[in-house]
Amino acid sequence: MRFYEFEAKQLFSKYGIPLPAGSRVAHSPEEAATIAEEIGGPVVLKAQVLTGGRMKAGGVLFADTPSEAAHAAEKILGLVIKGHVPRGVLVEARAPVEQEYYLGVTWDGFARLPVMVFSDMGGIDVEEVAEKHPEHIAKRHFSTIYPFSDYMAKELIASLGVSGTNLLRLTHIAAQLARAFRNHSLTLAEINPLARLKDGRFVCLDGHVDLEDDARESQRQILQELGIDPAEKRQARPPTEFEIRGAEIDASDPRGVAGNVVEFDGDLGLIIGAGGGSLTLFDAIRKHGGRPANYCEIGGNPSVAKTCALTKLILSKPGVKKIAVMMNVVSNTRVDLVARGVIKGVLECGYKPSEKIAIFRIPGSWESEGFKILKDYGVDYCDRTVSMYEAAGRAVAKMREG
Amino acid sequence: MALFIDVEVDPKVAADSELARKLVEVCPVNIFALGKQDKLEVVEKNLDECTLCELCLAVAAPGSVKVKKLYGEREVLVRRE
Repeated sequence: MRFYEFEAKQLFSKYGIPLPAGSRVAHSPEEAATIAEEIGGPVVLKAQVLTGGRMKAGGVLFADTPSEAAHAAEKILGLVIKGHVPRGVLVEARAPVEQEYYLGVTWDGFARLPVMVFSDMGGIDVEEVAEKHPEHIAKRHFSTIYPFSDYMAKELIASLGVSGTNLLRLTHIAAQLARAFRNHSLTLAEINPLARLKDGRFVCLDGHVDLEDDARESQRQILQELGIDPAEKRQARPPTEFEIRGAEIDASDPRGVAGNVVEFDGDLGLIIGAGGGSLTLFDAIRKHGGRPANYCEIGGNPSVAKTCALTKLILSKPGVKKIAVMMNVVSNTRVDLVARGVIKGVLECGYKPSEKIAIFRIPGSWESEGFKILKDYGVDYCDRTVSMYEAAGRAVAKMREG
Repeated sequence: MALFIDVEVDPKVAADSELARKLVEVCPVNIFALGKQDKLEVVEKNLDECTLCELCLAVAAPGSVKVKKLYGEREVLVRRE
């Protein structure tokens, strides 16, 4: 769950991480003018959207007076940035920056530990810094079990040659950021840029926070404090009509899951499942050079009608040439019922299952019964002796055959 | 139109309202419904949802309810004594 910048900054503020003066959200030009007046100097106004590219879209403006701030806020509130309507305008003091830093905490999937990343080159993508100036990046993993100690942050920051007051000030910010990350089950807590002002103070100019979706319940208290509804879905982009229809199909029948549809621009429809298995299969298709038209999960024993409706939806997407039905070994989803639903959906769309289904690889419960059905309709199927990776390869090869 | 499963019920069983109620009650996927005068009706649109649980076979007299698979060897599930 992604936080808006103003929410991220409110969270940082609770941990004593310094923000620019003002730093409040306005929902009208008048409010923006009032905040600018309170700040009493030049301000920056930023659209509150859950997407990047604000600056290019005109979502970040500067103002020297309250009336200019009102005018800028009016412009920003009227924007739609990559499909997102701003939730407000963050108004804060425009700070005289001496140097920009990067500070972030995220998960390292390989190490299975949180990692703190610090750079004395902030304001640009940290990936770009890592690639072009690796000597300006320092990283340190830390435990999820033991408390985060200040010395860990100090060592990390000092490794890039920071010393004296700067080191002390940065150490406090970094340690507090790590604590916020751990205490609130975040998957990302990032300050970029973290600016050192001309007077030597440090302030967080922009913040990025992602909360683990499954932690919404355990983090209810902090979400309430920040005014975030835990039930709110924060998506990187609004769902498409196709995706909304997928959700409707899923909601129409409580039996199993047949939804979570995400649309792409490829030509192979994917009916996939088994938790991490579905992501693995998606990646395997890409690795073999395939172009998924969607990511569409099934599981938990969906009804035949639900699977059928979902299959029809997938085939209705322009550009979809074939579908691949693949899962890891399943115990809680019946292979024969999925086979019935998919075949029925294909037939109801007026296609031959043998031509439209590139591969059917769902080994598990009632598979022999499912295989009888698939055999009857001439569908290419396989059992668990064919790996998910191989099955994905077969699907992509079928696509190439046409 | 069902593609995979068909169910055949002996007309005498279908007319027996008590048995009809039992069949409606036991089927987990609503293949049976009560029609006029509590006569048993087969709900065509739900036939393909049949989970082959055989509960309908268990409550009716032997041979009075048949579940037919319309694929593979066209097996017919029926309770035998």
